[in-house]
Amino acid sequence: VTVPGAWYLVLAAVLFGVGATGLLIRRNVLIMFMCVELMLNAVNLTFVTFARLLNDIGGQASVFFVLVVAAAEVVVGLAIIVAMFRRRAAATADDIHALKG
Amino acid sequence: VSIPLFLLMAALTVASALTVIVHPSPIYSALGLVSTLFMLAVLFLGLDAQMVAVLQIIVYAGAIVVLFLFVIMFLGVDRREAAGPEATKFQKPLALILGVVALIEILILSGVTKWVSGQHSTAGALDGPGENVQKLGQSIYTRYLLPFEMTAALLVIAVVSAVVLSRRQQPSASELSSAEQEHLDSTEREPQ
Repeated sequence: VTVPGAWYLVLAAVLFGVGATGLLIRRNVLIMFMCVELMLNAVNLTFVTFARLLNDIGGQASVFFVLVVAAAEVVVGLAIIVAMFRRRAAATADDIHALKG
Repeated sequence: VSIPLFLLMAALTVASALTVIVHPSPIYSALGLVSTLFMLAVLFLGLDAQMVAVLQIIVYAGAIVVLFLFVIMFLGVDRREAAGPEATKFQKPLALILGVVALIEILILSGVTKWVSGQHSTAGALDGPGENVQKLGQSIYTRYLLPFEMTAALLVIAVVSAVVLSRRQQPSASELSSAEQEHLDSTEREPQ
């Protein structure tokens, strides 16, 4: 007995909802980044699920690109967070205005 | 994947994801993220995506989360979220309501079954001959060659921007070569 594909999609939707809620609830920018990663992973799960449902390798190739973009995003985002910490010893979303040039 | 295994993995995934968003300590959040990513890798294995599962563990759990942990250690492990006044009143309840509404919307949308256009894919079949890695590599290096090269450029840009962002504003004179020092002097003399 195999699991129907819709279950994976529901799990991905729940994961995306958890990530979106966390992004809105938390004020620590690091945690907000982790929530973005959660949302990206939920989308990856739908890509892989559809790759199997539609018998198409393109879904898995898309996951590859999402991985690369997520890595680039984390690199730049963490650099910004470290820059924020240099300005003031806090990293909440309200402190970003300290980076105005 | 059998149904009990899927249910176990799904429960663990959601539980670790909830750990990420509710735990006050960033370290525990990062560990929850690692756990979520590992569970998802298991689910990927069940969906005939062996290569993606391996990439998930190596790149996400191995590299990205280590980067997170590195920054957390760099900034101080025992730092908690400041309980200052919130910028928006009732932010948390509103955020919870919004999250639940978004979840319901997604679930309703996934009930709509008109997603498939009926066009056949040009990327290749998932169950064709060869291993998963081979098919994925062939797809990326032929059909998706241009996006692949664009991601290479994107990574270079990201690395350069990270270096630029984390540079100190005024490097001390001892760190500069004479040519850089002259360049700095000439730019300082110019009016802004």
